[in-house]
Parts: sequence; structure tokens; C-alpha cells
Amino acid sequence: MEHLVFIVWAYIGVAVLIAALIFYVAWNARRIAARLRALEEKGIRRRSAGSAP
Amino acid sequence: MSVDAAAKKPNWFSRLAHPGQFLAWSRPLVLPLAIVTALLFAVGLWFAFFNSPEDYQMGDMVRVMYIHVPNAWLSQFVYGVMAVAALGTLVWRHPLADVANKAAAPLGAVFTALALYTGSLWGRPTWGTFWEWDGRMTSTLVLLLIYLGIIALWRAFDDQLKAGRVAAIVTLVGALNIPVIKFSVDWWNTLHQPASVFTASGPKMPASILTPLLVMFFAFTLLFLTLHLVSMRTEILRRRADTMSRQAALSAGTGG
Repeated sequence: MEHLVFIVWAYIGVAVLIAALIFYVAWNARRIAARLRALEEKGIRRRSAGSAP
Repeated sequence: MSVDAAAKKPNWFSRLAHPGQFLAWSRPLVLPLAIVTALLFAVGLWFAFFNSPEDYQMGDMVRVMYIHVPNAWLSQFVYGVMAVAALGTLVWRHPLADVANKAAAPLGAVFTALALYTGSLWGRPTWGTFWEWDGRMTSTLVLLLIYLGIIALWRAFDDQLKAGRVAAIVTLVGALNIPVIKFSVDWWNTLHQPASVFTASGPKMPASILTPLLVMFFAFTLLFLTLHLVSMRTEILRRRADTMSRQAALSAGTGG
């Protein structure tokens, strides 16, 4: 395969950055969900919680 | 139904605007979207490496196109989404608009960085250089800087409503760069080749190369939609948690 090194580095770079992006988005979602659960376990509720689905 | 009742019934746009409704309808979409995205990537990569020919000019370097073009497309598409969201913030005061803008900015920055990275790796063997200050590459670099500026703006304000309005204005001003990127290859004499996929007369490439490109194009676009959906949900829940923390602090301060 011609210019293999450029092709391999292009795909590795994309794979690493996309994996990091997916990891960050998933980690952030879990972090916020855990924070919300902790607040609810302390008995803290939103004032509008009764009207929101 | 009486006129009053009809007037009170919220339309689909208003129902969509409710963050609680958004959380409800978006939740079951995330997993199926993620599965379809993963399948498309598997098929796209199989095509890219095992079922597509060499290009008669670029040889095997054409395989970099399958990741470069989708990222370049997304760098502009994500900005388009942010520009529409900015209009939603400034014109309709849509409660989800600034959430959409904030959630899309880091994703757009990553896709733009990847477009520049893969483009420079593609450029070295085909043009003889990793970088050239030509119209297409420079305007794409400016787009990356705009994305980073918008991310910084969102982090600079404690008041998210104010941040949303300022980010919306900056997003709309920055949108002037999108036609510059698109038409830079026509306006100036650039190293970058003219458009060969999104042209008025249709794609200018054989089906054997267009097929893997389209599969990867849909895979990356679905990846963006999935990550954007999850990021928007996270941002809504973060705001909810902030509000609850403030309410708890106020209750503690007033003794109740």
C-alpha cells in the first residue's frame, strides 16, 4: 500500500480523538447524573418538579 | 374545542421547547442511534480498506478521503446547527436553543481539528506539504478558532442566560466564515481541490469510491447527532442540578 504511514496515522489520529470525545461525553453525562441523584437523595427537589414530566 | 382551549393547547414547537419533554423523548433514541452509528462505521471501514479501489491519481491516499471529507463536512454542518440555535436564542427565546449551541461547540471543534489533521496528512504526499496558508485551509483554521472562542465564552459567564445571548451573537457573526470556507476554492487560487462531492451537477467520482465515502459520511453525521443529543441532555440535567443546589443553599440560608 502506497504512503501507508500517512494513512495509518490519519486513521489512528481520528480513532483516538473520536474515542476521547465519546469518553468525555459519556463521562460528563454519568458525572452529572450522579450529582443529580446525590441531590435527590439529600431530599432536595426542584420547585417545578411537580409540573415537569 | 373552544377558541380559548385551542389557544391554550401548546403546539409541537412549544412542547419540544420544554426541557422536560426533550429529556423524555430523547432518552429512548440514544441507544438505537449509537448502535446504528457503530454498524455504519463497521461497514464504512470495511469498504474503506477492503472493498474500494485505489484512485488513478492519488493511489491509496484516497482512503484518507473517507475520514477527511466527513469531518470537513461536519465542521461546517455543526456550525450551521449552532447558527440556527443562535437564531432560536435571539429571535424565539427557545429554551433548548442555547443548550443546543453550547452542546455542539466542543463537538464542532473536534471535527474541525480532525478535518485539519487528516487534510494535512493527505496534503503531504499529494501536494508535497503538510500546510499552506491558502484560502480553504486558513478559513478552516479560523473556524476552529471561532469554535474555541465560543467554548471559552460559555465558560466565562456564570449567568448562562447572558452567556447564551453573547455566544449566539458571536456564533452569527462567525457564520460569515462558512461561505468563505465553501467558496474559497472558487474565489482564490488554492492548493485544495475544488468541490467534488457537493456540487450542483452531483458527485464527480465513481460509485466504487463514492459508496464508502457516503457510508462514512452518514456514520460521522449520526455520531454527531448521538453525541449532541447526549450532550444536550447532560446540559439540561446540569442546569437542573445547579438550580437544586441554589435552592438548597437558599433554604439553608433562610433556615427552611
